[in-house]
Amino acid sequence: MPGWEGQLTKIDDYRWEIPQSYKSGMRVPGLVYANEAMLGVIKQEQSLEQVANVAFLPGIVGRSLAMPDIHWGYGFPIGGVAATRVSDGVVSPGGVGYDINCGVRLLRTNLNEDQVRPKIKELINNLFTNVPSGLGSEGKIRVNEKEMNELLTNGGHWAVKRGFGLAEDLEVTEETGQMRGADPEKVSPRAKKRGAPQSGTLGSGNHFLEVQVVREIYDQASARAMGIDRIGQVLLLIHTGSRGLGHQVCDDYLRIMEGAVTRYGINLPDRQLACAPIESAEGKDYLAAMACAANYAWANRQCITHWSRESFARVFGKSIEQLGMEQIYDVAHNIAKIEEHNVDGNKVTLCIHRKGATRAFPAGLTEVPQRYREFGQPVLIPGDMGRCSYVAIGTDKAMAETFGSTCHGAGRVQSRGAAKRALRGTDIAKELAAKGITVKAGSMASLAEEASQAYKDVSQVVDVTHQAGISRKVAMASPMGVIKG
Amino acid sequence: MEKGFEVLDHTADIGIAAYGADTKQLFTNAALGLFSLMADLDGIQEVVQRELKLSADDEEVLLIEWLNELIYIFDVEHIIFKRFEIDELSGNQIRARCFGEKMKPGQHKLKREVKAATYHMLRITKDNRGYEVKVIFDI
Repeated sequence: MPGWEGQLTKIDDYRWEIPQSYKSGMRVPGLVYANEAMLGVIKQEQSLEQVANVAFLPGIVGRSLAMPDIHWGYGFPIGGVAATRVSDGVVSPGGVGYDINCGVRLLRTNLNEDQVRPKIKELINNLFTNVPSGLGSEGKIRVNEKEMNELLTNGGHWAVKRGFGLAEDLEVTEETGQMRGADPEKVSPRAKKRGAPQSGTLGSGNHFLEVQVVREIYDQASARAMGIDRIGQVLLLIHTGSRGLGHQVCDDYLRIMEGAVTRYGINLPDRQLACAPIESAEGKDYLAAMACAANYAWANRQCITHWSRESFARVFGKSIEQLGMEQIYDVAHNIAKIEEHNVDGNKVTLCIHRKGATRAFPAGLTEVPQRYREFGQPVLIPGDMGRCSYVAIGTDKAMAETFGSTCHGAGRVQSRGAAKRALRGTDIAKELAAKGITVKAGSMASLAEEASQAYKDVSQVVDVTHQAGISRKVAMASPMGVIKG
Repeated sequence: MEKGFEVLDHTADIGIAAYGADTKQLFTNAALGLFSLMADLDGIQEVVQRELKLSADDEEVLLIEWLNELIYIFDVEHIIFKRFEIDELSGNQIRARCFGEKMKPGQHKLKREVKAATYHMLRITKDNRGYEVKVIFDI
C-alpha cells in the first residue's frame, strides 16, 4: 500500500493538524494526536486520508479526530472520533463499526501475584471451559424472543436480574450498562437470530480474557478509589462486544444508509461512510437499533463477568466477597452517543462517534459514577497480550479538545497476514511462556495474528494521550494469563 | 484463470482478491476465499446443501450481500461451505446451491471468525483476463 503524502501542520509535539484546505469537501480540519516517531508509522498507510474523509460528514463540528492508536479501517479510521450536530448532522454506522459496543471491563481482586502464579494454568483452563469462546461458539444462555427483547432493552440490568453478576457492577458501567432509546423493533429478526445463540460468548479475533498483575501505580489517589492498592495485585480484564447481533445491525443499517445517502443528497468520498441525518427516520432507527446492540454487549460482558468470578471462586476455594472481585469499570470503545458539549462557547447537542476510542469524562460530571466523581472517569486501555495494559482517567482537557475522548488500545501496525507469516501460533505460545504468560487460544492461527509484534507499543500510545492531557495515567498492569477466542 | 483468490493484507482486518473468467466464477471464488479464512476446507465434507436466492441494487452490493448471507448462515447454523453451484447470476440477482458441512470443533481445523464483508474500496473490475474484486472483511 502506498504511504500517505498529505498535508500535516505541527501544532506541538503531540498534535498535528490536517488543514481543511487539504481536500475540497472537508467541512472541518483533522487533528491527529501522535508523536513524531509514531507519525512515521501512521503515514505508512492511508488512515490519515480517512481522517480527512470523515471531515466530509454533514454537521461535523470541531475537528475530525485521530487518537495515537489510529490505524486504517474501512471508511472511518480505527481510533477516530467525529462529533456531528444533532440538529443538522448525520449519524454513520461506519463511525461505530461492526462490533457495536466492543469494549473492556476491568475487575479487581484481593489476590497477589504469588497466590495466583502457582495456579495460573488451572485458572486459565477453568476460565476457558467456563466462558465460551472461539469460532462458532455458543453461549450457555438460551433466550426466547420475548427475553431477547428484554435483553436488548435492558442490557446489563437484564443480566443482573437473571443472576449474572452484581447490581454494584452496573453502577460502574458506562451508561450503567443500559443505553436509553433502545427499540428492539428496530433490530431485524436476522440480527436477533444471529445473536440468540451467541449471548454470553467471548468470540474470537482480538477479543480476550486476561489475568493481569499491577506493575506500576502513577496516581495513588485515583487508583485507591478504583480498589487498586498495590503493586503485584491481580486484576481481570474482559474484552468483547455485541457478537453477531451487532455485526448484523451494522450491516443492515449500512444497506439502509446507502439508500439514504442518495435520498438526502449527501456527498461522500467513500461508500463505507454511508450515513443519514440524525433526525431522519433512518438515523433515529439506527440509533435505536445501535442502542440495542450496545445493550447486548453489556449483557454479554455482564454474563462473562459472572462466569469469570465463578472460575476464580472455584480455583481459589473462596467466595467472590473474600476474593474482593469488584468491578472497577466498563467502557465502550465502538459507539455513537448523544452528548452535550461546548462548541465555540455554546452548549450544543452532538452525536459523538467513537470508533476505537474511549469516553474520557473529567471529574465532576454526573455521568461519572459517584465513586470516581472527584477523580474522573476510569479509562481502560488494553495493550497486546505480550506487553501491558493501562488504567487512566478522563480530564477537562479531553472535554475541551476531544469531546471527552481518548485512545482505546495499542492499534495494529502489522496486518494479520504479515503477523502470521512472521510467527506461528505455537512459537508465540512458547515465547509468551518464557515471559511467564500462560496463553490458551481457540485457534493457533488467531493467536499468531494477535502477536505483540502486530501492535504498536501501547505505552507510547498512552504516553501521547497523557502528555497531550486528554487522559491521565493511573496504573499499568501486565498479563500473567490470557485467553484468546 | 489459474488462481481463484488470494488473501490480502489489511492492517486491522483481512481481505481477499477474487478472480473469475465470468462473474459466476468471481462470486464462487469470493465465497471460497471467505470460507478459507474461517477454516481449512480440505477437511470439510459435502454433506449439507443450502439454496440461496438474493437480489440487490447492483452487482457489487450483490456480491457483499452474497458473502454476508453466507456468514449469516455460518453464524446461525454453523455450516462451512466448500463448493458453490451458481445457477443464475444476472446484474442484481443470484440463485445458487451451496455445499458443505456443519462445523465440528476438534475435528475440523478452524481458523477465525469473520464478522462481515465490508463495502470498503469495493469495486469489481474487468480486463482482458477476466473479472477481479477485492473484498475487505471485518474480523
